[in-house]
Amino acid sequence: MCRTTDLRRAVLAQNDDSARALRDGLAARGAIAVNLLSSPGSGKTALLETELALARERGVPVAALTADLATENDARRLARSGVPVQQVLTDGLCHLEAVMLRGYLAGWLPADAALLFVENVGNLVCPAAYDLGESLRVVLASVTEGEDKPLKYPTAFGTAQLVLITKADLAAAAEFDEAAFLANVARVNPGVEVVHTSARTGLGAGALLDRALAVRAGTPAHRPVMTSPAVAAPHHPPVPDHHHDHDHDAHHDHEHEHGAHHGHGAHHGHGAHHGHDHAAVDPR
Amino acid sequence: MHEMSIAAAVVDQVSRAAAEHGARGVTAVRLDVGELAGVVPAALDFCWELACEGTALAGSVLSATTVTARARCVPCAVEWAPGLPPDLGCPGCGGGRVELLTGRELQIRGVDWADGPPGPGPGPTGEA
Repeated sequence: MCRTTDLRRAVLAQNDDSARALRDGLAARGAIAVNLLSSPGSGKTALLETELALARERGVPVAALTADLATENDARRLARSGVPVQQVLTDGLCHLEAVMLRGYLAGWLPADAALLFVENVGNLVCPAAYDLGESLRVVLASVTEGEDKPLKYPTAFGTAQLVLITKADLAAAAEFDEAAFLANVARVNPGVEVVHTSARTGLGAGALLDRALAVRAGTPAHRPVMTSPAVAAPHHPPVPDHHHDHDHDAHHDHEHEHGAHHGHGAHHGHGAHHGHDHAAVDPR
Repeated sequence: MHEMSIAAAVVDQVSRAAAEHGARGVTAVRLDVGELAGVVPAALDFCWELACEGTALAGSVLSATTVTARARCVPCAVEWAPGLPPDLGCPGCGGGRVELLTGRELQIRGVDWADGPPGPGPGPTGEA
């Protein structure tokens, strides 16, 4: 006889629990995380350089964590802003997960940080499935990528709370059809705000910083089309100002020593190693 | 290609459930995968055997059912299938206050446990 059980469990329940604890833990210390998603080469790092420099100029305490499969190039670039920066090497993994992020933040995130920028791995598919405990999910698309990106990657664009067009200074040269792009964004994510930016000309400088600070101050971020609560919503997009019963967990986690609690064995090597490298890029 | 991570998450959840149920092993796992979940069932299949290796799920069969997306306009209650790529603007009023009734599921629906007496799985309970 074959026994069968109806489980009805969300596949990513563990990630989502971690993400919730992370979000609540950050909220308890007056911070929020901003998750940046885009394809490789769309200009995440360049935009982030602008935002970090501006934050520094305005005296807003921020920190940034940047994920790549290999190299510490982005951390070096971002650290020039004078802001605490940490490189996450995913060791081949195509996305970040909440438990990894918690491991990297423990003992590192400065106590006064108001915003934590997380530059996800350059990839519009896999990162979209994982809530990282962010309160603002931002998707970037450059004008050279094609107007149909939102249709090709509906999960990433559909769960975004803010869309940034990057390299807007190149729009004419790239023959970017802005109307088509906006229509495609609206189709997969009705009502989401789209902002033009250019790290080179400074267009839209500070748009992301301003928006993130507004969310931290309590202005609700755009709420993408949500799964009905009646249906299991295993990895619905994050909703800011959610308060759950995980405060204790979150505090607990942040008090751990650095590097010792990475959930992913495969990342341990890099965790230890990046602790050293992070000292090299952390200007403090 | 995050399907390996997804497969590993399924194996982890089902392994825990097997221990809770005192099951010796697992023969089949049924998943609901929404068409907007961003997960490719064929890629999951491809990873499955590897993800199950050395666990209570070794030799099990994964069967994933794709769940078609359905959306509903909150103000005007019109329901439609947004398709893929989805069209989430309301076809009735053109508004954007919409909820998805289905389509983003990533859920373990059910599990078939292996025949035979419960093995060492959860360990001796010491209740005897």
